[in-house]
Amino acid sequence: MATEVITSRRRRYLFDNERVLGSLLMTPAVIYIVALVGFPFVLAIVFALSDVTTGSRGFSYVGLDNFVRILDDPVFLRSLKNTFVFAAISNVLVVVLATALAEILVADFKGKWVVRFFVLLPWTTPISLATIMWLWTLDSLFSPIDWVLRWLGLIESNSYFLGKPGLAMASVVIVHTWRIVPLAAVIMMAGLAAIPHEINDAARVDGAGFWRKRFEITIPLLAPIIAVAVLFGVILTITDMSVVWVLTRGGPTNTTQVLATWSFLKGIEGGALSQGAAIALFLLPVLVALTALILRLARRVEVF
Amino acid sequence: MAVVEVRGVTKHFGAVHAVNGLSLRTEEGEFLVLLGPSGCGKTTLLRMIAGLEEPTAGEVLIGGDLVNGLPPRVRKIAMVFQSYALYPHMSVFKNIAFPLKAEGLDPQARKEKVEWAAKLLDIERLLDRKPRHLSGGERQRVALARALVREPSVFLLDEPLSNLDAKLRAAARDDLLEFQRRVDVTAIYVTHDQVEAMGMGDRIAVMNQGEIRQFGTPGEVYDDPADTFVATFIGSPPMNLLEHQDFLFGFRPEHFLPTEIAPPEGGTPLTYHVNRIEFLGSERYLYGHVYGFSENTKVIAMLPSTVTLPVAQDEDHEFVVVKGKMRFFDKETGLRASPRPL
Repeated sequence: MATEVITSRRRRYLFDNERVLGSLLMTPAVIYIVALVGFPFVLAIVFALSDVTTGSRGFSYVGLDNFVRILDDPVFLRSLKNTFVFAAISNVLVVVLATALAEILVADFKGKWVVRFFVLLPWTTPISLATIMWLWTLDSLFSPIDWVLRWLGLIESNSYFLGKPGLAMASVVIVHTWRIVPLAAVIMMAGLAAIPHEINDAARVDGAGFWRKRFEITIPLLAPIIAVAVLFGVILTITDMSVVWVLTRGGPTNTTQVLATWSFLKGIEGGALSQGAAIALFLLPVLVALTALILRLARRVEVF
Repeated sequence: MAVVEVRGVTKHFGAVHAVNGLSLRTEEGEFLVLLGPSGCGKTTLLRMIAGLEEPTAGEVLIGGDLVNGLPPRVRKIAMVFQSYALYPHMSVFKNIAFPLKAEGLDPQARKEKVEWAAKLLDIERLLDRKPRHLSGGERQRVALARALVREPSVFLLDEPLSNLDAKLRAAARDDLLEFQRRVDVTAIYVTHDQVEAMGMGDRIAVMNQGEIRQFGTPGEVYDDPADTFVATFIGSPPMNLLEHQDFLFGFRPEHFLPTEIAPPEGGTPLTYHVNRIEFLGSERYLYGHVYGFSENTKVIAMLPSTVTLPVAQDEDHEFVVVKGKMRFFDKETGLRASPRPL
């Protein structure tokens, strides 16, 4: 009996030590960040400043040569432009669709769980699987969209969605939008739910109709939340390579190439690890700026 | 100015019966208070008058016109909310101008009316501020200005003072009443605070469980409660209720006095056992029970500080219920019954 008390007391003593307990609880997170974020990041910087390739063991410091070389490459410039164009257009679409969807998500009606389930479905599907589904939907021969359009008599022959530059770019934008809308809608739903009911009631009593209420009350109050959703969306589109890779591999003739796919093509498929790393690092300042902005906004989101 | 009337309105939220076939009619320019505990349906009734809720059954009339199914904006009503519901992203000016903008008034006319309303409520210096930089009292004034600016025929107020601290509340009550008299508009005021109701209302509708239990002047509901609910809800401390044979009788704590200081006309004598004394400065509250009745039926007596008669704890004392102040109720229904001998 007496010994039991003593052992249990000793065990408690060990975990009572905040330094021991604190370090113990921190360790998994630290290991995770160092191994999966810190190490690859340092490696990327080292590679970008060297001439390392997949084909040889040679390693020498070349300064900013890689950056000068990639900037001379028209495909790089095209990828840079595409990265921003895709991010911009998809996120404009995301804001329009997500603000509308958020209203549906907060609304109370019969069978709302079914609607919520379908709204959130794209977000829960692994991105590569979802994109493969789109790949089939946009297939040059068997696309069901083509089939419907032909049946309606709107087109004579198949559209080759992923084979023509304009359509391929539009396809990439649409798949990005489709993927990010659920996340944005859920973020905005939280924002809508945070607007006090009395504000909406006051607007109705004050005589505001649907559009006035929407544009003069709801959207201004939602603005900080919309900004957060957009920043998440922009980061997700800028850093994503799966959509372009699965759909078009950057084709036709690099017209849908983005930095992520171009970096992969150059560094892994092409073997020029150093250039791949340089391309990947190119967005670092942009992403750092965006992240800083997110954190600042997140702190300012107490308008009420 | 307009008369608001509801006829047999009922509101069900699923299985919850918030308001049950209730009828009520205001006088012109009256300050009418809906008083009741939370969940009694008073706010739902107000929201139905405003047009924010559609009644399940019954009619709502404003100024003699049936307004069922009409949106709030055409009902010529203005509403002040518990949280004031100012638009946080707009300046005070824009807040007050919002209803005018929705009405389609041109900017010049808007400016004039906003300034008129701001002057009336003495908030001209606040026009450029955002609501979050205002104190509670200032917010309330802005909310009133926004309600007033369209010159509504009815004011609906939903516990507009409950967010103010106790000191401000007394002053705000005064301001609000004076303001209502000045603009001379019918006002319906919802509160759960009987002090507000008694102090402000021309008439009080005491509500419970979706029904009006009594509708009358503050004096009537206090002196002549229609049933035991009204008797115990109004008054602080509430009316004492004692069971006798097949009926209940009640009396207010201030009408239960030691024999020594009872008025000459006398009353009903009762032997009172004092358990505890609470000294509150301007008065003493005595807690105890009366012999001949259950010890569990607490009886409270209130002695003003002008009564210096010593009353000790754990002692018996002869008390009287002042003549004419005894009220009788039916034991089963709780409704008022005719006086009978004890």
